[in-house]
This record gives sequence, structure tokens and C-alpha cells, in this order.
Amino acid sequence: MQDFLEFRSISKGYPGVQALSDVSFTVRKGAVHGLMGENGAGKSTLIRLLSGDQAADEGEIRIEGEAQGYRSVRDAFRAGVIVIHQELQLVPELTVAENLWLGHFPGKGGVIDRRQLIRVVGEKLTEIGIDVDPSAKIASLSIGERQMVEIAKAVMLDARVIALDEPTSSLSSRESEILFALIERLRSNGTVILYVSHRLDEIFRLCDSLTVLRDGKLAAHHPDISKVTRDQIIAEMVGREIADIWGWRGRDLGPERLRVEAIAGPKLKTPLSFSVRRGEILGFFGLIGAGRSEMARLVYGADTRYQGTVVIDGAKVPADSPPQSIRAGMVLCPEDRKFDGIVQGRSIEENMAISSRRHFSLFGVLDLKKEAELADRFIAKLRIRTPSRKQDIINLSGGNQQKVILGRWLSEQGVKVLVIDEPTRGIDVGAKSEIYEILYDLAAEGMAIVVISSELPEVMGITDRILVMCQGRIAAEIARADFDERRILAAALPDVANASELPTEQVQPS
Amino acid sequence: MTSLKKLLLGEQGLVVIFAVAFAIVALTVPNFLTERNMLGLLQSVVTIGIVACTMMFCLASRDFDLSVGSTVAFSGMAAVMASNASGSILVGLIAALICGGIVGLVNGVVIAHFRINALITTLATMQIVRGFALIASDGRAVGINDPGFYQLALSKFLGIPTPIWVMGVFFVVFGFVLNRTVFGKNTLAIGGNPEASRLAGVNVSNMRIWIFALQGLVCAVAGVLLASRITSGQPNAATGLELSVISACVLGGVSLAGGRAAMTGVIVGVLIMGIAENVMNLLNIQAFYQYVVRGLILLLAVLLDNLRSAAAGRRG
Repeated sequence: MQDFLEFRSISKGYPGVQALSDVSFTVRKGAVHGLMGENGAGKSTLIRLLSGDQAADEGEIRIEGEAQGYRSVRDAFRAGVIVIHQELQLVPELTVAENLWLGHFPGKGGVIDRRQLIRVVGEKLTEIGIDVDPSAKIASLSIGERQMVEIAKAVMLDARVIALDEPTSSLSSRESEILFALIERLRSNGTVILYVSHRLDEIFRLCDSLTVLRDGKLAAHHPDISKVTRDQIIAEMVGREIADIWGWRGRDLGPERLRVEAIAGPKLKTPLSFSVRRGEILGFFGLIGAGRSEMARLVYGADTRYQGTVVIDGAKVPADSPPQSIRAGMVLCPEDRKFDGIVQGRSIEENMAISSRRHFSLFGVLDLKKEAELADRFIAKLRIRTPSRKQDIINLSGGNQQKVILGRWLSEQGVKVLVIDEPTRGIDVGAKSEIYEILYDLAAEGMAIVVISSELPEVMGITDRILVMCQGRIAAEIARADFDERRILAAALPDVANASELPTEQVQPS
Repeated sequence: MTSLKKLLLGEQGLVVIFAVAFAIVALTVPNFLTERNMLGLLQSVVTIGIVACTMMFCLASRDFDLSVGSTVAFSGMAAVMASNASGSILVGLIAALICGGIVGLVNGVVIAHFRINALITTLATMQIVRGFALIASDGRAVGINDPGFYQLALSKFLGIPTPIWVMGVFFVVFGFVLNRTVFGKNTLAIGGNPEASRLAGVNVSNMRIWIFALQGLVCAVAGVLLASRITSGQPNAATGLELSVISACVLGGVSLAGGRAAMTGVIVGVLIMGIAENVMNLLNIQAFYQYVVRGLILLLAVLLDNLRSAAAGRRG
């Protein structure tokens, strides 16, 4: 088959960084092509250039041998190139059909023929095998369904190239399956799919060929993915071999540190109880919507509690608010770093000192020298990669942002309990290991750590004990010695009988 | 980027533009750079300047306050009436602070505690408080009885009128509060990302209440000085002040999306507004044109700000 999509000597720089330098590769017609690399490797920049959002400094993108000099997203649409971003571009208050027609509504003199709108979309959705009601509002759909709609939009616009940026990052495994089936169908229609993902399982399952980027350069191009191994790809991504990314170490556990008794709240109706010992890392696993993050927010006091108590080292924590919890020695690293974790537009230094500065400010006046020292200390200790502590946190990679948030809490005094929700979501392999190391060190110092994760290999890799949640309840408790992926997944599924439906790839730790 | 572009779009871009504009005006407009005109210019921006100090906090925390003009008029009125009734300027001053403080506190509690949109809340209190000022005075100006009260505005220290000193002190104090205190940093943090700040242990709703209460108190100070300068409590004083103040803040680079503010910027913003008006007066340009020019300056400032954040974004 001939080369359909070609990136030819692409370079793109931003002030201070060379995001891409001289990247060239080709993709065959009807291929699903994987694009991998650590955060900051240049994947997003490449996708941005493809989408027409920005133009390359040098080089060109060719489709069927024809140079695409497009300068805007609209031009890219016309050329048949559609990029589906992690943040979906749909209007929540419009229906599926309206969203699909947005920009080119059929009808006469500005009057929309609603029935035709819905009928045509309905036919199209059936044709590509998407089971969504065309007259439903986007706001009423799940994230997975919205993504389907976004892909349907691309198909309706006769896309020749569809790029998907981390499409499964917020999908449940069932939704992911539907997405994969859709991708298979698109491939058989001859559409070129550029698939960006951190997940090796998915890459191996879906892709025909693969490109790995590292530091803005082409690290490897594999025209046939069956000829490479996982370890090889990881090595190409990080530029070194990582033997065991978990690196779990056994620890002596002390007496009970955190006890949660029968807490319940608006989003978690069934009362929940559990306890964590000194030095223990407790994992919470569950499918999306199982109530893990809701549990964490209730324990931390971020949401209003209906009932229940939280006890740290024998002392009851007031249920009121995050400040009370912090004073009692409990901190939370939230699931969604962008919306709940970092303060955009402010420096690393300020993001770090936001809570702990109350300890060294005198009558509300800051001790800037001390804040600077503290920031420098944790930048060094947590190995945060940044030119300076004054850097706006938004410019850091996901892993480094997570480290800043860890630094925020490590600079607090007397932290006894750390609740960390999705510790490594969107974080590259190298930084992941570093974050695990930090957690092990903290646990060794006697902290009680609660880790919430959707990634089974991660929960199994780093925790001492797992509580599996399902539909707002604790469905199982499993000690490290008994960790077994099938058993954990079976407990996480709402209906145990469904466990056999699960594809085996998903339960293998990578 | 060329170095000129870098200079204009950089952190200090506005200061540079201001300095250039000031130099041009000083060289070309007769009588501009005289001591008398300079003091007059500063006098004319005292109300805007003082209120802009706390409006900066309000905007930086992602809030909005439209009630400042009414609060200035109402607290000025309260000061005059209380001092006339009691014969004591101090009582008048306290009355003004109480009135202003209460308006601010009510704004803050309604917005932060009952989670009503700040724009709507302060649009309502703006009208309610203006109504109070009119009701209290029966719609008429109330003259000041005690000549000591005029002296607040007329008195000078080292040849500079007291209100200008007050404004200067406010600039210094609030500049310090913004950059060097927990209060200031928390203001910027909750403007940058309210939920993240809350989870990081900042008491967001208390912060918002305090910011509005402070705004009310500062409006009261501005109201007292204004009443003293116009020798009476005027129920219709300071109409449209909120827009001038917000314009000055935005001119000074305070982001309406929250999280970004600088005192120097706001000072420059206030001075640009003052100079534009002053120059047009000196050149005998009809007052009607001043609205057009003020609007144009604001638009240009916002465009500049947009270019600047685009440049900053590209850097990131």
C-alpha cells in the first residue's frame, strides 16, 4: 500500500524550546498509526500542526503526495484532517444531531428542518455503528458517548485522516471496547488513524505501525508493529531501560493511623469504613463511577458529609473543611490536577507555599526568603525539572506538576495521612517511577498513604493492600500476598457474571 | 520578536508606554508640566485611585464590584449627615466607615455564602445603596456645617494636599498587601483557580467576604474625601465611578479572569485615565469627546493585554 500521510522534516520551535526538530515519517493508507513518547516529547505539538491550529517552522505535511499548506483548523477540515482532542469540542446544550450539523445546517433561509436533521444523523450513526440517540442533548451523554459523537462528526465531514489524542484516558473499559471496534471499522474504510496514547496495551492491540518521539526528535519508526516488543518501545521512549517501574519495597507497618467510620455524603449514599496503618500504602481500585474519588473528597472534607467520622491517631478530625483536615495532618492530591490541583498563572514557588506559608508568615506578612528556600529545597528533593522556581506552573509537564503538589504537602508540618487520587494520570513512565519512590519514602517515614487509581497494574504494583470499590460500596479487601488481577477486576464489576467478558489484555500488568 | 515588540509586550510594557506618552504630553501640551497642574491632576484621580486599590483585589479574585460608586456617595452622605448632627468630624468618619463596611460585607456574604453571581449582586446593591443615599438626603445635597471637615481636602502636608497623600499611602499599603502578605497571595490564588485553592486549604468564601468588606471600607474613605472636596454630601456623587475604576484596573493589566494583578499597573492605569482627561481639558477639547477617548484608551489597553498574553502563551 502506498504512503498516504507524510510528515517531511517537520521542525517547530517556541521561545525557549525546540518542540520538534526534523521529524519525518509516513503512514500507509488505511493504517492505524500509533504515536508515543513521554510528555514533552513533541506529540502534542505534532498533533497541533496536523490540526492546522499552528504552522510548522520548517517542513511540510503531505497527504497523497500533495503538500498541505493549510493555515487554520478550517483549512485542515477541508483537507479532510480532523483532530479529536482530549477536551471534546461539542456544545453541551445542543443535541447530538445539532452538534453534528453545526457549521453547515441543512434547510432553507436559515430555517432548520429538525426532522431531516435527526433522520440523516440517525442513519449515519447506524451506518458507522454508534448507538446514540440523535435527539439526545450532549450534556446527557457519558464521556464515552460524547467521544463517539465527535468521531461521528469527523466521519460526516468525510475525514481522510483522524487523529485521536489519548482517547481512552477518561473512558471505562467497556467504552474503550466500543471505541476500538469503531476504529477497526474506520480502518477498513481506508481512513488513516493517528493514535496518540500512553497505553502500550492499546497501541499493540490497535496499531499497524508506530512512531516514537523523544525530546522533539524521531526516536524510532516501526512500519510493522509486530516486529517490536514492549520493552523496546519503553526503552526508545525514555532512552534507557527501566527494569521494574514499580519498585515496591516491603515496610514494617505500625499501629492504626487513619480510621474512617461509616462516612456518607450526597454522592456516596452507602456508609463506608476502613482504616490505614502507619507506613501502609492502601490502594483503592474501581471502575469509573465506583465512587473512589467521592470517597476521597468526603474523607478530606472537600464535600459535605451526611454522617461518619474520620479519626487520625485517635483524634477526631472536624468534618468541616479542607483547612481543618490539613491542620489535623491529612492532605489530598486531587484527581484532576488542572482543575483542582494547580493554580494556573502562578509560579511553582507560590503553588508550593500556598498552604504551608501560614507557618512562617508573621501576622500575615510573607517571609519571601523562606518561601524561596523551601521551593528550591523541594525542587531539588523531588527532582522537579524547571529552569527556576519562578516558572508558571502551567508550563511544567504533568509529572512535574504532580511533584509540585506533593511538594505543597511535604512542606506542610506534621502530615500523617496522604490521600493521592490518580497519582500518575497523564504522567510519563520515567516520572511515574520517581513519584512511586517518593510515596515509598513517605510511607517508610510512617505516613499512611491512600492511593486511588484506575490503572490496575499500578494499584497492584505499588500498594500493600487493595480495597475494591463497586457502585459506591467496598466490594473486596485483598492483601498484597493475594493480589490477582482477575479477582480484583471481578470484584470491581457491578455484575460478577460479566467478568468473563473482559478481554485479557486489560488485566495484564504492563 | 524584535526588541521593541518585546519591550512593549513584556511585563513592564504598560509602564514604558506610559512614560513615552507622558514625555510627549509634557513636551507638547502647554501648562501640563507645572506644579499646579500636576497637583490638580492627582487631585482629580484621588477617588478612582483609592477605590482602584481594592477593586484590584476584587478583580484578581475573579469577582466584580459595580456598587462602588453608590457606596462612595452613600458613605460620603453618611459622613456629612452624622458630623452635622453630632458636631464631630470623627463621628462622621466612623459613620461612613460603618456604612461602607456594611455594604461591602453584605455584598461579600451574598456572593460568597449564598453563591449569587457577583455581577448581579453588586448591580442590585448599586441601586439599593444609591436609593439609600437619595432617601437619606431627600434627593438634595447636604452641605457641611463644620469648616474643619473641608480642611480634610484642603489641608496640605509638605505642599501636597492631604487626599493625594492618602492615595499614595493606599497605593503603598495595598501594593504591600498584594505582594507580601498571605491575604494578597490567597487573593491571586483563588482568582487563578478557586477549587484548587480550596482543596489546598484556603478558606475561599471567607477570603471573598473579606475582600468585599475591605472594598466597602475603602469606598467609605474615598467617599469622605470626596464629600470634603465638594463641601457637601451629594446623593448623585460618583455616578459611573465603577466603570472608571474597572477601566483603570484593566488598563493596568489586572485580568478580569482573575489571578493576575500588579499595583504598579493599577497606578499607571489610574494616571493614564487622569492624564487623558487633564490634557483634553488643557487643550479645551469639548467634554463630550472625552467619553470617546476614554473608551478608545480602554479598548487599546485590552487589545495590548490580549497580545501580551498571546505572547506569554506562546512562550509557554
